[in-house]
Amino acid sequence: MNGWSVRARVLAVLGVAMVLAGVATFYIRGAAARVAEPVAVAAKPVTLDAGPVLLTVTDRHIATVSTSDPAGPRTVSAVECVRAYAAGGTGVCLQPATPWTYKMVVLDRRLAPVRSVDIPGLPNRARVSASGRLVAWTTFVGGDSYNSGGFSTRTGILDTVSGTLVASLEEFDAPVRAADRNFWGVTFAADDNTLYATMSTGGHRYLVKGDLAARTLKTVAENVECPSLSPDGTRIAFKQAISGDPTKGWRLSVLDLSTLAVTPLAETASVDDQPAWLDSATVGYTLRQADGRPDVWSVPASGGGEPRLLVPGAESPAALGVATGTNG
Amino acid sequence: MYLSTIDRPGAKGRGRGVAVVGGNVLALGTVSLVTDVSAEMVTAVLPLYLVLGLHLSPVAYGVVDGVYTGATALLRIVGGFVADRVRARKALAGFGYALSAVAKLGLLAAGRSLAGIGFVVAVDRMGKGLRTAPRDALITLSTPPSALGRAFGVHRTMDAVGAFLGPLVALAVLAGSGQSYDAVFVTSFCVAVLGVAVLVLFVREHGQPSPSVARPAVRDAAALLRSGDVRRLVLAAALLGVATIGDGFVYLMLQRRTEIGLLWFPLLAVGTSLGYLLLAAPLGVLADRIGRRPVLLAGYAALAVTYLLLVAPVGGWALLVAALGAYGLYYAATDGVLMALAGPVLPDALRATGLALVQTGQALAYVASSVLFGLAWSAWGPTAAVLAAAVVAVVAGGTTAGLLFYKGRTA
Repeated sequence: MNGWSVRARVLAVLGVAMVLAGVATFYIRGAAARVAEPVAVAAKPVTLDAGPVLLTVTDRHIATVSTSDPAGPRTVSAVECVRAYAAGGTGVCLQPATPWTYKMVVLDRRLAPVRSVDIPGLPNRARVSASGRLVAWTTFVGGDSYNSGGFSTRTGILDTVSGTLVASLEEFDAPVRAADRNFWGVTFAADDNTLYATMSTGGHRYLVKGDLAARTLKTVAENVECPSLSPDGTRIAFKQAISGDPTKGWRLSVLDLSTLAVTPLAETASVDDQPAWLDSATVGYTLRQADGRPDVWSVPASGGGEPRLLVPGAESPAALGVATGTNG
Repeated sequence: MYLSTIDRPGAKGRGRGVAVVGGNVLALGTVSLVTDVSAEMVTAVLPLYLVLGLHLSPVAYGVVDGVYTGATALLRIVGGFVADRVRARKALAGFGYALSAVAKLGLLAAGRSLAGIGFVVAVDRMGKGLRTAPRDALITLSTPPSALGRAFGVHRTMDAVGAFLGPLVALAVLAGSGQSYDAVFVTSFCVAVLGVAVLVLFVREHGQPSPSVARPAVRDAAALLRSGDVRRLVLAAALLGVATIGDGFVYLMLQRRTEIGLLWFPLLAVGTSLGYLLLAAPLGVLADRIGRRPVLLAGYAALAVTYLLLVAPVGGWALLVAALGAYGLYYAATDGVLMALAGPVLPDALRATGLALVQTGQALAYVASSVLFGLAWSAWGPTAAVLAAAVVAVVAGGTTAGLLFYKGRTA
C-alpha cells in the first residue's frame, strides 16, 4: 500500500479514523444510555442507633434491614458509599470524591458527615471499633510497584475523639521493614487501643497485633487475611488463602487466639471479604454472583451448620446491635 | 507486500520534513503515539476495572501479571530474529501492534474470568514484546547513522506524548459514558486500530536485500555475540539494567522523604514522564553532536544523583523537583541513546535481533536488580540500600565508560 500516492494514503487514514471515531462514539453513547436509574430514597431516615438492625450497602447506598427479616423491606439512605461499616453510633463510608479519587467520611448516628479524609487509591475495607471511637480503612494503590504489575495497599486509622490520624500503618514499628510490606483489613479490640490487621511481605500474609498508643506491630500467625475480632475478643474470623495461595481462593475460617487453632467454616465458596460478626456465634460476609452482583450471607462461627443467604443484592454487612464483652 | 514498491528514504528526495527526521521515523513515532494513547487508556483504568468493576483481589491480579514478565523478554529476541529472518520488520511490528489491539477487545470477552484476563494481558505483552525490536530496527535502518540520536529522541518524545494523553482520553470516555469500563476498552481498541492503519499506510519496510545475501540463520544470530562490539554493548545494556532499582522504589522513597500526600503519589510518575518528554529530543540531538557515549554516561551520573538526592538532607518541593528532574534526565539520556549507539554496530541483516538482545539484556538485568534492591532494603534499611544503589550506578557507569571507549571505538 506504500505504492499509493501520499494523497491516497492520507485520505485512507482519515477514512479509517472517521469510521473508528464513529464506532467509539456510538459505543460510548450506548453505554451512557444504559446507566441505571438512581436509587429511590426512603422516606424514613436511616440511623446508626443500636438495635436489631443490619446495615449494608445496597446499590452503592447505605441501607438498613431488620435482623428478624433481613430479606424484607429496606430503608435506603441518600449516602453513597463503595464500602461502609458502623458501630457504637459511628459510621465510616468510603465514597467517590471525584471520578478518580475517593474519600473516607466519618458519619454521626444520623449519617451526617463529621469529618472526611482524602484517601489514595481504590476503597477496599472499612471498620469502626465497637465503641465507635476508632475508624480504619484500607485502599488499593496502583503505582507503587507498577513495574512488577502488583498492587499495594494503604491502611489508615482515625481516632475520632482525639483527632489523631495515622495515614498509613507502614509508619508503625514492625518486625519486618521490607519495602514490600503491605497492610490491610484492620479490626479493633474493645480497649480502643489494641488492633489486628493483615501484613503482607515477601509473598506471605501474616496476622499482626498492634498497639495504637505505642505505634508497634507484632506478628501473631501466618496466612490470616482480613481479620475480624469476635465481640468477646477471643476469636478472629478471617479469610484463609487455600493452600497458602491466594490465587486458589479463600476459605472463611475462625482462629482461636488462645490456642491459635483454626476452624474452617461451612461456607465452601471462596470469600474475598473482611467478615463481620453479626452476634457472638455468627459471621456475616459478602459473596458475589458470577455477574458481580453482591449478596450478604451468614454462617455459624463454630464450623458447623450451613451458610444462609441473608440480604440479597447487598454488601458491607454491619450488625448495629452487637453486644461486646466489655461494654455490654 | 512486494518489495519493489519500497524505496529508500531520501532516494527520491521526497518529503520536506526530512531535514528534521526521516518520514519513516515520523510515521513510526505517530504509530507509537497513537498506540500509547490506546495502551495507557487501559493501564489507567485497569486497576479500577479489576477492583471496583469486577471485585477481583489485587493479590490475584499481581500474581497473574508477574508471570509473563520473563516470558515476554525472551519473546522479544524471537520477534527480532523472525523479523530479520523473513526481512519483514514492518510486518512483524504490525503483527505486534495488531495483537495488542485485539487484546483490548479480549478484555470485554474475558468478563470476570481471572484466567481470561491473565491471558488477555499476556497477549497484550506478547504484542509489545514482538514489535519493539523490529520497530527500533526500522528506525535505525531509516536514518543515517549521524542522526540516530535525534531520530530516537523524536520517536521517544512522540511515544511519551501518547502516554501522557492516554489517561486523559480514558477520563473523558469514562465521563461521557457514565463510568463504563467497556466503553474505555472499545475506544482503546479503535485507537489501537488507527495506529495499525497508520503503520500499514505510512511506514516503509526498509532495505532492498540483494538476492545473493543469505537469510540470517540462528547460528548467524548466535554469532552476533562473538563480535566484541556487540558483546560490549549487551554488557553495557545489562549494566544499565543493574544500576536501575525501578520506578516503584524511587517513588516510594520520594513519598516517604517529602511526606507528600499519598493522594499525589501517581503524579510522581507524571513528573518523571514530563522530564523525559521534554529532554528526550534535545538530548538525542546533543548525542549526535558531541557523541552518544558522553550522553549515555551523563545518564548514569543523573541516575546516581537521583539516588543521592533520595537520601540527601533536603526535603519538600526542592527535593521533589530536583529528584524527578534528574530521574527524567536519566531516562532521556539513556533509553533512546542506547538504541542509537547500538544501531550502527549491528549488521543490517541482523539489526532487529541485535537490538532485541540489547533490550532483553537490560530488561533481565533490571528484574534481577530490583529483586536484589528489595532484599537490600529489608536487610539494611532504605537509606543504606539507596546509597548502595548509588555506588552500583557509579561503578556501572565507570565500567560502561571502559567498555564503550575500549580501543577508542566510535559508535
